[in-house]
Order: sequence, then C-alpha cells, then structure tokens
Amino acid sequence: MTPDQIIFILTAALIISSALMVVTTRNLIHAALWLVAALFGVAILYAVLNAGFFVVVQVVVYIGAIAILFIFAVMLTRREMRDRGPQLRKNWWLAALLGMLAFSGLAFLLINQADINRSAAVIPAGLDTLGALGAALVSPDLYLLPFEVASILLLAALIGAVYLAATRK
Amino acid sequence: MSIPLSWFLILSAALFSIGFFGVLARKNAIAILLGIELMLNAVNINLVAFWRYLDPAKMAGQVFAIIVFAVAAAEVAVGLALIVSVYRRRQTVVADEVDLMKW
Amino acid sequence: MTFWTDPINFIAVWLRGLLTGWGLGVDLANILLALLGIIILIVFAMVLDIILVWIERKVVARFQNRLGPNRIGPFGIFQPFADIVKLVIKEDITPDGADKVVYNIAPVLAATAVIVLWAILPLASTIYGVDLNVALLYLVAAGALGTLSIVMAGWASNNKYALLGAFRMVATMISFEIPMVVVLLIPTIITGTMSVKGITEFQGGGGVWIFILSPLAAVIFIISAIAELGRAPFDLNEAESEIVAGFHIEYTGMKFGWFYASELLHSFTFGGFIAILFFGGYNFFGLEKYPLLGVLIFLAKALFFYWVIMWVKYSMPRIRIDHMLAFCWKFLTPLSFVLLIVTALLNKLLATSNFYLLGMFLANAGIAWATIEILRAYARRQRNPENATQPPPPYREVPEGGDPTPALNLSKGSNPLLGAEIPLPPKCGGSQ
Repeated sequence: MTPDQIIFILTAALIISSALMVVTTRNLIHAALWLVAALFGVAILYAVLNAGFFVVVQVVVYIGAIAILFIFAVMLTRREMRDRGPQLRKNWWLAALLGMLAFSGLAFLLINQADINRSAAVIPAGLDTLGALGAALVSPDLYLLPFEVASILLLAALIGAVYLAATRK
Repeated sequence: MSIPLSWFLILSAALFSIGFFGVLARKNAIAILLGIELMLNAVNINLVAFWRYLDPAKMAGQVFAIIVFAVAAAEVAVGLALIVSVYRRRQTVVADEVDLMKW
Repeated sequence: MTFWTDPINFIAVWLRGLLTGWGLGVDLANILLALLGIIILIVFAMVLDIILVWIERKVVARFQNRLGPNRIGPFGIFQPFADIVKLVIKEDITPDGADKVVYNIAPVLAATAVIVLWAILPLASTIYGVDLNVALLYLVAAGALGTLSIVMAGWASNNKYALLGAFRMVATMISFEIPMVVVLLIPTIITGTMSVKGITEFQGGGGVWIFILSPLAAVIFIISAIAELGRAPFDLNEAESEIVAGFHIEYTGMKFGWFYASELLHSFTFGGFIAILFFGGYNFFGLEKYPLLGVLIFLAKALFFYWVIMWVKYSMPRIRIDHMLAFCWKFLTPLSFVLLIVTALLNKLLATSNFYLLGMFLANAGIAWATIEILRAYARRQRNPENATQPPPPYREVPEGGDPTPALNLSKGSNPLLGAEIPLPPKCGGSQ
C-alpha cells in the first residue's frame, strides 16, 4: 500500500457512500449536500490524477454553482421544507437490479480488457499541462470549434433558463 | 503514482451505476437530475484518468472533460428552470405526475 | 542561506535534518513538516484574527467619532480576549426544528473557506504555503465554499429571516463572482500566469504595479470583493434593520464567533489579495530581499486595504437588493467585459512597444471616462421629469390597526431569485 493508494481508497469510500446517500436519502436538501460531498471526492481524485485545473473547476462549477442551484431549486419547489413519504418509486428494486447489472456488466468488460492494470504514464518533464490545455482549446487545428460550440451551448442554456424561469407579467 | 488504471475505471463504473439507479428510482424530478450529475461525474473521472494514463501530452481527455462540464452546467440550468416552471403551473415536481403528454 | 535572510526555510532545513537524523524517512519527514507548516499558518491567521477584532472595533469607533474599547489594557488591546471569553461561555443553542448536523457544520465551513485562502497567500518571496498554477481560480473556488456555508446556515436554522439572508447573500455572491472572475483575468493576461506568486514577482524587481497598468480593474475587484465579503454597502445578508442578523440569526456563542471571525479574516485576506494582485504584494523598493521585511510589508499593505474596506463599510448606506443586482448585471459586468477585451487586445498589440505602460493606463482612463459620460447621460435622462420613472410601490399595504410584523415583501414577482415564490409557511390543503 503506497500513500496514494490509501488516499484513493479513502476518497473512493467517500464518493461511493455519499453517492449512495444522494440517491437514497429522503430529504432532498440533504441529497444535494451529499452530492457536494461526492463531487468534492471527485475533486480529490483529480488532484491524485495531477489535474490541478480540474480540481478548482470542479469546486467552482459543481459546488459553487450546480449544487447551489440544486439547493435553490429544492427550496423553490417546496411548500413545506420537510420531505415526507417515500422518495423512491414502488418498483425501485427493479432500478436497483438494473444498476447492479450495469455495474457488473461494466466491471466484467473492464476486467477482461487487456492492459487494464497499466500504471500511469510519465508526465514529460517541462510539460505545462495547464498551458497545453489552454493552447489546445484555442488552436484551430485542435479543439477551437468544440470550444466555441460549447460556449454557444452555454449562452443558449442561459437564455433558455432565464426565459423558462422568468415570471410572466 | 502507483494506482492501477482499473481502480479509477471500476470506481467510475460504480458511480455511474449509482447515478443510474437514482435516475430510475427517484420520484422527484430534481433528484433525477442529481442522479444525472453523478453519472456525468463518473464519465469525467474516466476521461481525466485516460488522459493521465495514456498520453499526458495529448489534451483530448481534458478537453472532453471540460466540454462535459459545460454540458453539465447547461443541463442543470435548463433542467432546473423547467422544473421550477412546471412546479409553478402544476404545483408538483414528481416526474410521474407531469403526464399531460402521456396517453 | 542564513537565519536572517531566510528564516522559514532555514528552520525547515534544520528540522528536516533533525527528523531524518532520528531515523525517519525523508517522505515522512516532509509530510510532518508540511503538517507543522499548515498548523503554524492557521495559528498565525487566527492570532491575527484576534488583533483584527480590536482593529475593527477601534477603527469603526473613530469613523463614528467614538473612542472604542479603551478599558481593558492599553488602548483596550485586550478587549478581544474578553469578547472571546464572553462568546465561549455563552449558552450554545441549537434551535428547535433545526437541521442539527448541517447547522453545526456551517460555521466550520465558513471558517474553512477563509483559511484555505491562506494556502496561496505569498507572505514573502520564500514564505508561502503553495505556489499553485491555478491560484486565481482557487480563490474563486474558496468563495464557492463560503457561499455553500451561508446556504447551509440559512437553511438549517429553520428561520425565515435566516433563509432570506442566505438567499440574498447567495444572489449577491453568485452575481458579483462574474465581474470578479473577469477582472481576475486581467492580471492573468498582463503577467501571463495565474499563480499568485508569479503575479507578485512580475510586479517586483523593476516591474510596475498592476494598479498602474489597469487601475479600473483594481477598482472593480475591490467593489466585487466587498460584495463577495457581504460587507456594507452590500451587507444585505445581515441587514440588521430588515432581517435582524440574516443567516447567522440563530447562532450563539462560539458558533456565531466563527462566522464573525471568518468575516473579519476574510476581509483581511481579500485586503491581502488586493495588495498582491494590484499593488505588488510583498514588493517594496527592493526591501523584499529580506523575507521577514517582506512579511511586514505584505501585512502593512493588506491592513491598508482592510482599512479601505472598513472605510467603505462605515461610510456608505446599505443598497437595496434590486439596485445592487442591477448594479452588478447592468453596470459592473459589462464594464469588466469591455475592460477585459481592451486589455487583451492592447496587451497583444503593445507587447513589444515602448508605450505599453502608457497605452494600458490611457486605455483604462479612456474606458473610465466613457463610463462616467454614459452614466451622466443616463442620470440626466432620469432627472428629466418627462422620463421620470414611477416611484417604487409601497412594500405592503399595512391594514388599519397596524401590523406589528416587519413588512417583508414576499409577494410573487418581487423576489429576484428566479422570480419565483420563496417558500412560505405550509398552506392548508393539498397540492393542485
């Protein structure tokens, strides 16, 4: 057991247990807060993967914006702040079965994959991953077009969300 | 770093399945969106792990992950706006009760 | 490397030698040293926080033509300790119906959101926690944690005033984050790095302060920092005359103390960031060669901007929430975008020119002048009686005989958050 393996296992335990709480807890605000915990665990995984930019973006976008939006939406769509009654459908066991099947299928595929236990590639010395990412996003022969399309998508989503949620006078 | 790639992939498969369960089993539309967020994060773990394990000099994995971020943000904004809008008209956020289009 | 030129690293090297001499592995010794460094940094921040309480109280007293604390110790310097004793021995209340776990985590998260910022503050050229290459985004990310703590406190208190305060605060923080992030990009464009240390080094050793290159960016950053901190004139989250104390209304004793302490430390930390990003950080005419002097210079600059934040706080009246959001979305955000575009273009065009500094400064001055002209034209139009807008409707009709509850405007459409209803107490009858 090396230190990073220990960190990985602890983080994985955090992610999996919080994710289970997200899908099972009755109180929706708690579900959103557990989602924050799970996403924070994912941010730690990004740190383990040497993707520093993703750590902060994960916190900014997911915790700072998306989780807060969820909490707001829960508060705005609730006459009472407490959730009563079951939050799961009657046939939740079918969903659980499908989830298990999905996981076992994926795990089966993964385990039978060749070279699945490969260790990490060496990051070339002097490679500025942040700079390389920025350059990749704006260079026309790499990913400029997807980047622009994503920005247009965000703009459309912004306008759409404002239009949908605005109160009609 | 001495973690095998499979660990990340298995974790992400587990996270994806949990999110999948949430999407299928939850009544509340917001909770369904929460499940979708978990699934998108599972995908992102995969993408960043592949970037790190295959060829860190190629940025494809990271760029894909960034686009997933953008899509997730857009999806949450529009999805929640829809839910709030539905709630305002029909006073419900239970996905089964929004059934006007169902025959 | 001697003790006087580089004390922290001197001690670190000495300790590492000592620990490895005891037979510990180098990795373990490094981890222990890092933990020690974290603890020392946090203790330093918290001790500073105690002094900040005294400074805050003294300065506000002077602004209000009072003396401030002057009984305990010389100049009342021991007043904060009396405050702490009072906070610690107060009854610790968790309100009925509160969400206990969330309620108790919120103050911890509020303090965390501030203390994590100290990890990237370069106190001197050799004294800093970590030199992140995404430090400016990290600053925004820590702000996100602060927002979360406020939402949690407001929701878990089971109190409508607390919830209102949290809603207002989150609306403010999310809105003002946009001009802030845009303005943070300006030092990034100028220096070509997002590392706080890199930005500081750019401004030292012959470089100029970014304030001179882009004064407008500094002003926008200060404004959005004040909003992010939730201090007056943007202190709608705890507007005492409207919603009593906002999100921390239910907190007593040391839990309130954490909110209070983190607010003060947050202000000081943002003072530090203003100093670093726009005013050279620990650089001061070559004195930064001596790290201990560098720390003093940095703290002095940070205190100065902390004082500026206090100055604004104690001389401005509170702004109404719709005015504040309109100010952000209709004024600050477009202005910062224009500034960003102009800065990016000029930075590329003038990169090799001799007029780089002059050009940048003049561009900023030009944008500022144009902004003021536009505002003046707008004000003139508003003053014109033909275009005068209707006075805002009264907040609520008070029934004859008086209604002792404060008039909260909860009617539909008046809520700036998604324009939807804030959840009111449960109404009778089912849904539909």
